[in-house]
Amino acid sequence: MTTLKRINGFWLSMVLALVFFGAVHLLISGGVLNSFYINTLFFMAINIILAVSLHLIIGITGQFSIGHAGFLAVGAYASAIMTMKLQIPFSLALLVGGVTAAVAGLLIGIPSLRLKGDYLAIATLGFGEIVRIILLNVDYVGGASGMTVTHLTSWPWVFACLLITIIVIANFTNSTHGRACISIREDEIAADSMGINTTYYKVAAFVIGSFFAGIAGGLYAHHFYIIQPTNFGFLKSFDILIFVVLGGLGSMSGAVIAAILLTIVSTFLQDYPETRMIIYSLVLILVMIYRPKGLLGTRELTSFFRLRRAVEGGKQNDNKHTVA
Amino acid sequence: MTTNIPLLKADHVGIHFGGLKALAGVNIELYPGELVGLIGPNGAGKTTFFNLLTGVYEPTEGSIVLGNEKLNGLAPYKITRKGISRTFQNIRLFGELSVLDNVKVAYHSLARHSIFSSIFRFPSHFSGEKEIEEKAIEFLKIFKLESYMHEKAKNLPYGQQRRLEIARALAAHPKLLLLDEPAAGMNPQETQELMNLIAFIREKFHLTILLIEHDMSLVMGVCERIYVLDHGQLIAHGTPEEIRNHPKVIEAYLGEEVS
Repeated sequence: MTTLKRINGFWLSMVLALVFFGAVHLLISGGVLNSFYINTLFFMAINIILAVSLHLIIGITGQFSIGHAGFLAVGAYASAIMTMKLQIPFSLALLVGGVTAAVAGLLIGIPSLRLKGDYLAIATLGFGEIVRIILLNVDYVGGASGMTVTHLTSWPWVFACLLITIIVIANFTNSTHGRACISIREDEIAADSMGINTTYYKVAAFVIGSFFAGIAGGLYAHHFYIIQPTNFGFLKSFDILIFVVLGGLGSMSGAVIAAILLTIVSTFLQDYPETRMIIYSLVLILVMIYRPKGLLGTRELTSFFRLRRAVEGGKQNDNKHTVA
Repeated sequence: MTTNIPLLKADHVGIHFGGLKALAGVNIELYPGELVGLIGPNGAGKTTFFNLLTGVYEPTEGSIVLGNEKLNGLAPYKITRKGISRTFQNIRLFGELSVLDNVKVAYHSLARHSIFSSIFRFPSHFSGEKEIEEKAIEFLKIFKLESYMHEKAKNLPYGQQRRLEIARALAAHPKLLLLDEPAAGMNPQETQELMNLIAFIREKFHLTILLIEHDMSLVMGVCERIYVLDHGQLIAHGTPEEIRNHPKVIEAYLGEEVS
């Protein structure tokens, strides 16, 4: 019964997503949206993919990783090399970008996920910087001047990747594997003593997260015409981290909403370059003061609907909650 | 009730942290179906011994054997799957998860569907999740926790949290259950309920239980045998009656409490 309901909810959201896709597609091909809005839209979608992929690592599994831009860079450069140097089709290049980033995640994850908290954060920060410095010094990918990339990212690609990311990570989270990851976040020693292979799940979350960061990197590279190592510094990692923290650690819809809002805020603040960072920072400070657990806390958007239904259906229970 | 082959045999187990000898030469044998107490003053090494049994620490000397498998050096999750599960002195529930999900986590090792089948929602995902859910609900009913099912674990009253932690440990299907001060912070009535619960689960799940406890009425009341630790060494072992009158134990610990 509940599975049936859940499946219906799934198809309903799929239909809504496709309607949204079709509408935007018509707007773009009809020339209604100018390139500024299209740009913002693509950037927003890429940011959502990044936010959701980091949400799996930090929000669900509780591993504080601040080198996410490193995986973005690996994916961006790997896919750009595929299309520009090896003339491989874009679809395959995206996949290669994702897989390369996932392999990087595996190689980094196995040794560094023994570390906890602050120490893991520093190790992942180091990884991000190493990637950037290596790219800076490899002439094959253009060194500091970067690499020019053909514009291949289109709305169907962006949307498909976004949808797949969200579905995969939501499906992972809502399974016994996702619960295993959450139990690690809640109490690693207890998770261990419940028979959860904590190392395996930490690495798994890390690999899945970096795979999608790599996909985002592929989209990113083929959208901005040029990629440079400076685009992937630790400030980029912090941008992604902020989406996750601001949305509420543990809430995927929170991460999505935060990514959308902050992309809009930072895009429109581009008109005021002098005060941009000040206003952006003020927004962050205010949100953290008034909603210290993030916009949604650990809840999901869907839980609000469920809650309302429960309240409507259970009015006769009201008396039970009076103070005895 | 007891047979001659021990379920768990700790042979000269010890551990030192740097120069500090926390435990040395501890010999403990547990027989199937027994309820055994482990007592001792603060800092005697009781919880350290639990941590050795469950793989949180690896013993620096001696061996631990469950059935006929050596446990030394195994990762904690593997030891749990071999049949030892535990509760903690300071309750360690998954606070943000619901009561039901807490128990579901313990069923994780029984799940046969892979990460891939969950991501792509293969039929094996649905059947696997359904099986876990049904078993977990059934389990909560045994412990009369089903009314709290969708409540976050951290919002439960203290006594119920203890109950849930024991339920969760049992859901991992242990042969040997380790309870680390289950009555800590409970009033006499709650302790009485706990004693009933322990008797009940022992009957129902055919368990062997090792219990750390400070509450002497509980230990003396329910345990068949008692081991006494002091300063990292076993100083006595025997029936509650023997322990009550053992000079070393009285000297170390029980003097003002019991006599």
